[in-house]
Parts: sequence; structure tokens; C-alpha cells
Amino acid sequence: MSTPRMKFRIYPFIWLAFSGGGVMAAVFLPALAFLFALAFPLGWIDAPDHDQIAAVVGHPLTFLVLLGVFPVILIHAAHRFRYTLYDGLQVKHKGLVALLCYGGALAGSFATLVFLGNALTA
Amino acid sequence: MTRSEQAGDLLYRRPISVWWWTRKRTYFLFVMRELSSLFIAWLVLYLLLLIRAVGRGEAAYADFLDRASSPWLVALNLVAFAFVILHTVTWFSLTPQAMVVSLRGRRVPGAVIIGAQYAGLAVVSAFVYWLVTR
Repeated sequence: MSTPRMKFRIYPFIWLAFSGGGVMAAVFLPALAFLFALAFPLGWIDAPDHDQIAAVVGHPLTFLVLLGVFPVILIHAAHRFRYTLYDGLQVKHKGLVALLCYGGALAGSFATLVFLGNALTA
Repeated sequence: MTRSEQAGDLLYRRPISVWWWTRKRTYFLFVMRELSSLFIAWLVLYLLLLIRAVGRGEAAYADFLDRASSPWLVALNLVAFAFVILHTVTWFSLTPQAMVVSLRGRRVPGAVIIGAQYAGLAVVSAFVYWLVTR
């Protein structure tokens, strides 16, 4: 006797992206944030000159990796912030919040594609 | 009216203050942990703007680094960095609670899972540092 089919639900896939994004953020952002948001601008460590950084940013592998990493971090942040608004600040406009959060993540993902594409030196 | 609607009319929902999370230290830390998501999104945006500047050429890149050293932006990024650390530390600690890992029939202790994640963090950070400063 066959078991009845489970109804397909999208939520587990959103949760998977949320979880993956959390790992990416935990593992990549400390170094990236420290170097590019603090150490280089403040001169704690010599910033790479433009040729150096353009070679790294423009590399096809960098393109592929960041195109995977950034959007998934954005989905993680969007998903988490959405529930922070519901549970933390007791915001009741659930549809609007979801739209703004995931919409923001989508816009950021698109920007990732465009900016990385422009920087490609392939 | 359906029966469930009738029952719903009698349901008492205690009003929850917007400031509920300030009442206890654990509540406060929880909300701070969740709020880290906002600063993580900010840092991704910041890195995207950096990538855009790099793509636009030397002048744009130099200008970006210049603006990034302005006091307000540094203050924001310091706060954001603190939240990133909070995210990383709490995320690593949650992993063994979120999943049970078994190796050769025995459960891997939580401390090992946490330690392995920090090792991964060290490797990735060293690699990024090398990639960018070589």
C-alpha cells in the first residue's frame, strides 16, 4: 500500500537558504568585514592597490563564489530580520514585511550579479 | 459563525509590550542576536559597493576607501563588526543543538562540532587574508 504524498511546501527550502546563509555569514564575513570595513580604510593594514584587488575581484572563480555566497547571506538576513520585526517589535503588517525583506534580498542579489559582472576581467 | 470562530472570541491574548525584550538579559541577548541580521545585510551592501568601486577603476576605489575612513562610517562598521562576531559565536554554538552528528555509531560531542567550525573559520579567514594581501 503506497503512502499518501506529502503536500509540497516551500518553507523548508527557504529555511535551507537561511541556514546556508548563516554559515556563509559566520565563516566569510568576519575576515571580509575586518579587512575591508576596518583594517584597510583605517590603515591598520596596507590596502591592496587597485591592480591587485581588481585581479581578485575580477577572477571568474571569485565571481562564482561570491555570486553564491552573497545572495544566500542576504536571504539569511532577510528571513531573520523578518521574524525580528514580528517577534521583537510586534509588527503586524506581515505581508508587507515579508515583501520588503525578501524583496530587499532579491534586489541585493541582482546587484551582486551586476557589480560582479562589471568587475569581471575574463 | 463556525464553532472555531466562537471559541476564538473567547481566547484571551495578553497584550505584549514592544519593550518585552528589555525586561530580561536573556531576552535582550536573543533580540541582539536576531538584530545582527540587519548589520550583516549592511556589510554585504558595503562589500557590494566596494566591488562596484573596484569595477569602476582606480579613482573610484581610492575614493571609496577614503569615504570608508570617515568617522560615522567607521563607527557604523565597528558596530556592524561587533554584531558579526555575535552572529558567528552564537551560530557556532547553536549548530550542535540544531543537529545530532554521529560518527561510527557514537554521537560527536558538541564541543568538537563547535571547535571544527572555528577551525573552518580560521582556514577561510587565513585564505581571504592571503588572497587579498599577496
